[in-house]
Amino acid sequence: MENKLIILLVIVLGAIAVAQLVRIYEISAKLRKNQEHEISSRDNNLNGRLMFGFMLFMFGSFIYLMKAYGWTGRGSAASIEGEEMDWLLNLNFVIIIAIFFFTNFLLFYFTWKYVKKPGVPALYYPHNNKLEMLWTVVPAIVLAVIIILGLQTWSHLTGPTKPEAEKIELFSKQFDWTARYAGADNTLGLYDYKLTLDNNELALLTSNTIDSSINNMLNGATGIRSLQKLLNNRDTVFSDSTFNVLRTDLSRKERLYRFLNQMKQNHNKSLDASAWDDIIQKDTLYLCKGQEYEIALRAKDVIHSAYFPHFRAQMNAVPGMATRLKFTPNKTTAEMRAEKNDDNFNYILMCNKICGGAHYKMKMVVVVLDRPAYKKWMAAKKKATFKDQYFPAATTTSAAPADTTAVPTMN
Amino acid sequence: MASHDAHAHGHHDEHHHHEEHFISKYIFSHDHKMIGKQFLMTAVFMGLVAMVLSTLFRIQLAWPGESSDFLSFFLGEKWAPNGVLKEDMYLGLVTIHGTIMVFFLLTGGLSGTFSNILIPLQLGARDMASGFLNMLSFWFFALSSLLMLVSLFVESGPAMAGWTVYPPLSALPQAVSGSGFGMTLWLVSMAIFIAGSLLGSLNYIVTIVNLRTKGMTMMRMPLTIWAFFVTAILGVLSFPVLLSAALLLIMDRLMGTSFYLSDIIVGGEMLTNHGGSPILYQHLFWFLGHPEVYIVLLPALGLSSEIIATNSRKPIFGYKAMIGSILAIGFLSFIVWGHHMFITGMNPFLGSVFVFTTLLIAIPSAVKVFNYLTTLWKGSLVLTPAMLFAISLVSTFITGGVTGIILADSALDIMLHDTYFVVAHFHIVMGMSAVFGMFAGVYHWFPKMFGRMLNTRLGYAHFWVTLVGSYGVFFPMHFVGLAGAPRRYYDYSAYSEFDNNSFELMVDLNQIITTFAIIAAIGQAIFLFNFFYSIFRGPKAPQNPWSSTTLEWTTPVEHIHGNWPGELPTVHRWPYDYSKPGTASDFITQVTPLEEGEEAH
Repeated sequence: MENKLIILLVIVLGAIAVAQLVRIYEISAKLRKNQEHEISSRDNNLNGRLMFGFMLFMFGSFIYLMKAYGWTGRGSAASIEGEEMDWLLNLNFVIIIAIFFFTNFLLFYFTWKYVKKPGVPALYYPHNNKLEMLWTVVPAIVLAVIIILGLQTWSHLTGPTKPEAEKIELFSKQFDWTARYAGADNTLGLYDYKLTLDNNELALLTSNTIDSSINNMLNGATGIRSLQKLLNNRDTVFSDSTFNVLRTDLSRKERLYRFLNQMKQNHNKSLDASAWDDIIQKDTLYLCKGQEYEIALRAKDVIHSAYFPHFRAQMNAVPGMATRLKFTPNKTTAEMRAEKNDDNFNYILMCNKICGGAHYKMKMVVVVLDRPAYKKWMAAKKKATFKDQYFPAATTTSAAPADTTAVPTMN
Repeated sequence: MASHDAHAHGHHDEHHHHEEHFISKYIFSHDHKMIGKQFLMTAVFMGLVAMVLSTLFRIQLAWPGESSDFLSFFLGEKWAPNGVLKEDMYLGLVTIHGTIMVFFLLTGGLSGTFSNILIPLQLGARDMASGFLNMLSFWFFALSSLLMLVSLFVESGPAMAGWTVYPPLSALPQAVSGSGFGMTLWLVSMAIFIAGSLLGSLNYIVTIVNLRTKGMTMMRMPLTIWAFFVTAILGVLSFPVLLSAALLLIMDRLMGTSFYLSDIIVGGEMLTNHGGSPILYQHLFWFLGHPEVYIVLLPALGLSSEIIATNSRKPIFGYKAMIGSILAIGFLSFIVWGHHMFITGMNPFLGSVFVFTTLLIAIPSAVKVFNYLTTLWKGSLVLTPAMLFAISLVSTFITGGVTGIILADSALDIMLHDTYFVVAHFHIVMGMSAVFGMFAGVYHWFPKMFGRMLNTRLGYAHFWVTLVGSYGVFFPMHFVGLAGAPRRYYDYSAYSEFDNNSFELMVDLNQIITTFAIIAAIGQAIFLFNFFYSIFRGPKAPQNPWSSTTLEWTTPVEHIHGNWPGELPTVHRWPYDYSKPGTASDFITQVTPLEEGEEAH
């Protein structure tokens, strides 16, 4: 409370102080017969010089920052794609920094140089077609170069991956990431958000998960049967609003139940295998140096964005929509630690689309291993597939490769 | 003889003036000059609020988790328990700061104020085409401002989904507390704001097309008017799209539709919405959002063109090229919105089309910059505070514009999207430029608005604090972004767990940035004081303080209904006859007839 009073006092006293200063200034101005719209040459020259000085200060600070943080302060890229982007970024930076220095210099130099001098009139110079053509054509040429190089890189970065690229899905929700490796067949199992359950957080689509979802929708703690029972119980009296909430909830669940049953009828059991061998990985994402990755993105609740600053990769994860990104790490975590001289360094996956209060905490550590270490890690992981972890008793209907021509109806 | 007549007429009009009631004169006024001032006052207040909000969250960013009396003073125990800002409220502050700055200060405030004051005065019109619609336009603006402010005091907090309010976050109260009643207020406020903005824009267009005085051809209009004209057209074409985006969002929130929602589980609740697309909202939003950048920027460029020409005592260089570039920027601004969406999952080929169109905008922008530079070249510069702000606008337009080349390049946007690099870019090119343009306009036309002069010394002090402070805030921000810092993060301390170099960079620069922000914020007190003090106590303004050629300086200093006593002035020449060779004075007003043998421009 005292502090609040002090803050208020400071504000009030400050205002009074300025008011007094202005009054003194006004009285003295009246004595000197100064007029506000007549700028004295002293003021003019002073401000002209200050403007030029400001330019030097701005340029100096810029150069200082570039020196202090190593050119642009990004550190080196850790993926093949990232290196291509960095090359392009550096080229663009050289161009724009040159423009920045050149035009700002002219601006502040002219401000200082052509400040009003008594007896020197301004030059009447309304237009010059040649000059105007010059600064239309030159920027157009520079931009053409920038556009062509940019679009070339863009098509590399967004083009298809090679068949041997490893597939991973990144599943995002408030406020964490879960990775899903495609397993032995390098095919990610299909999913449908309606199958989300405690033992199937990623809503993978298999005969068993459909069955357990149907069962849960019907018989679960807040399932259709218990809701019906609650609503039909004559001994309980609900307020109108509670009754409405429960009714809405029930009709929503009945709809979902219908969808789930349709899903069950249309489901092709041969697709189960591609989901059973998927590997679900929390906390840390392990990647292999030199391996190209095709990453599918999925969001459960709101838009998130998978942002890997060191690999220079980013893509939004959008509810109800499939998005993808790709990159090829080319430095292991150990190599990057040595380069940065920082034993605690780790690659990181962050959320870069505002997603709620704890948005800033939504991250996942990424570790890049060399191929032998990665193989070893993956071999251990293959013993704990989705099936092993959650449905060990499920019978796999066919060990044959999934029939990719049969497209299951998603709802 | 003629002047005597005019004088007599003026007396008559003033007499009429005195009979006005307080309410019809100051509150429900139909007079464009009063409405312009109402816009300005509202915008100054809203700008002040938005600035204080930014100071609050900057304190959190520089000293995360440290108790601050300043925070608890403004936010109380609910949103800043023990003086530490809450995560949710951080997002709320960021959202409302952005919304107010973009829409209420720089759209309503900048365009509303100066279009209203200058369009009739510089064209030689008695008033706007419809005084009544003009009044409605202001009152819609005032009402929407009020609702936006009220939303700050809602129990579940103001909107918290960022100023772009992307669904599903903004559609689901379960996802963040601000998406409850606060978000509803945000949407209602924006819907009203858009209605007001449309009324205003239509009025500006009709006035410019129909109410030019005799001799005022389109090619004799000052560049300010050209800028307001194109701005109004952009507003009329793009704001309705934002309204539809907002209405669909309101329906998704309140009526169970699925325009933007599909396959969502939030707060443990499985929603049945299916088939909607959050990307649809982004397309609709940015179809306004990008022209909006130029709705903000063009008036500032128009004002500074006028101020730079006047105070260089030179004609603006390449008048036709300036008009051409305004038109080109206006046209291109409609086909570039996709550059905000390179990494949303939009088709990469579509992305490359937007790269091309976006980078084209750099050409008319470059033309504008070089034309400003040539206008200054061999001028006779009078560095009034308005002129200093206008010159600085050119500097920020360059500095912020060149980083736009990086962000428009989709391949480079991948790594910089939604980082502080973007924040730095648009704050410099749009925020600083437009605010500098607005200050330049206020310093330059204050004598016309209030019949009194601002204090020049305080003006200089305010200019220097603002220039150094705001560059100090936004220049280092590029480095924070390049180091990888995502925007809208409450705290960057987590970097210490995995990247110490970046962590140190962010801590250091964030403290520097906040320090400059506080200095710049305190510096605005100089302006506020100067502004309000001078309205009442400033020295009386002379007829034409800056020796300017345009029509507004031929009206009497005392405001009268209908602007000119007696007949409307007739225009004989373009507005930039400064330092014309062979004339005695270094400026010739537009109402001066051509001398014998003199060539029109």
